[in-house]
Amino acid sequence: MAERGITPSQTVGPFFAYCLTPEAYDARGIAGNEIAGPDAAGQRIHIEGRVLDGAGEPVPDAMVEIWQADGEGRYPEAPGNAAFRGFGRAETDVDGRFVFVTVKPGPVPGPDGAPQAPHIGVSVFARGLLNRLATRIYFADEPANEGDPVLALVPADRRETLIARAVSQGVYGYDVRLQGEGETVFFEI
Amino acid sequence: MSQTPGRAYPRESLAAHPPNDAPAYASTRLRAPRRPLVILPHTLTELTGPAYGHDSVAEGENDLTLGHAGAPLGERIIVTGRVLDEDGRPVPHTLLEIWQANAAGRYIHVNDRHDAPIDPNFTGAGRVVTDASGGYAFTTIKPGAYPWRNHHNAWRPAHIHFSLFGPSFVTRLVTQMYFPGDPLLGLDPIWQSIPDARARERLVSSFDIETTKPEWALGYRFDIVLRGRGATPMEDPHHG
Repeated sequence: MAERGITPSQTVGPFFAYCLTPEAYDARGIAGNEIAGPDAAGQRIHIEGRVLDGAGEPVPDAMVEIWQADGEGRYPEAPGNAAFRGFGRAETDVDGRFVFVTVKPGPVPGPDGAPQAPHIGVSVFARGLLNRLATRIYFADEPANEGDPVLALVPADRRETLIARAVSQGVYGYDVRLQGEGETVFFEI
Repeated sequence: MSQTPGRAYPRESLAAHPPNDAPAYASTRLRAPRRPLVILPHTLTELTGPAYGHDSVAEGENDLTLGHAGAPLGERIIVTGRVLDEDGRPVPHTLLEIWQANAAGRYIHVNDRHDAPIDPNFTGAGRVVTDASGGYAFTTIKPGAYPWRNHHNAWRPAHIHFSLFGPSFVTRLVTQMYFPGDPLLGLDPIWQSIPDARARERLVSSFDIETTKPEWALGYRFDIVLRGRGATPMEDPHHG
């Protein structure tokens, strides 16, 4: 039983960039869109995509954060590990685009010790979002998706919204649709 | 990073948050998801998270009145508080990032078009890491209210944006701190989007004469409560 209530969420608003993703303001952020250095374990990949609203228009003022294991399924102990930070942040550009430079994660343990298919935890923040939206990125070329315990909870006709597809060598495409046709599956966590 | 197995984050506490669908806040209309959320059991991915500690913050980053040629205009304030979890346990060594408008209600963000002056001596971004008892302190200036285009004659109450990590992916929180007695609060669809009045009040700081520094700055207290993992509650000296 909780002793006191939690602090409620509020929107990140439109003006977070000079604090949270401040590269354009010549300031140092705590995290950028490069999650893995050259020495990180795993296949180096880029994940590119767009955040789109209910009218299919780009969302130019969103922040996307990711949290993931390295290619051997290990979450980092500290983000100061230059080889593999595990955590990254990107702001969307005027076309709603973001990109992450990382490694493809390996499988990690799931409930009851069954492995989960390789995946990345995603948070989306923007003006108009009163709460952080939590979702996941899976990879189309992973046979383990079939047995993944989380994907199994998602209605079959909506699983596609969580799956990144190779668009060129080492580059995966993955869009976030906040609303409307093809709305991305968001999780209560 | 916390990976202690066997204790779960209760979901009941999520009721404190506003709904995504809040039509009075116009920007939600094309952005808030319409489909129900899928309930995700917490796995290693959710129970771990980035651990930003003291080495991620430089000296002085918690004083927003420094770093420029002169002092910023406005009412100097000190914001202090503790970061706790819902079981009353301190959340030590966790990163807070804050950003805000200047005293005239203007952000330095390139897209802020409000016809109010930029203050060359104020950026409005800061960071701090909580101490061993979850405590933190910022020195800044009181932000001004500003107009926005949500509805006719819409004004945001004065606020400071807060971003926190806590120990895991689950505990991540972005919120806003407000000031006591602000007449704009009752008219603000963002603050009003929180359905529970008691939860709403948790976002309103309190004036604090104890942390007010004579001849220097007014003190405001703002405690932040993150999700907790259902462990045995501990005594909290500030809420005894």
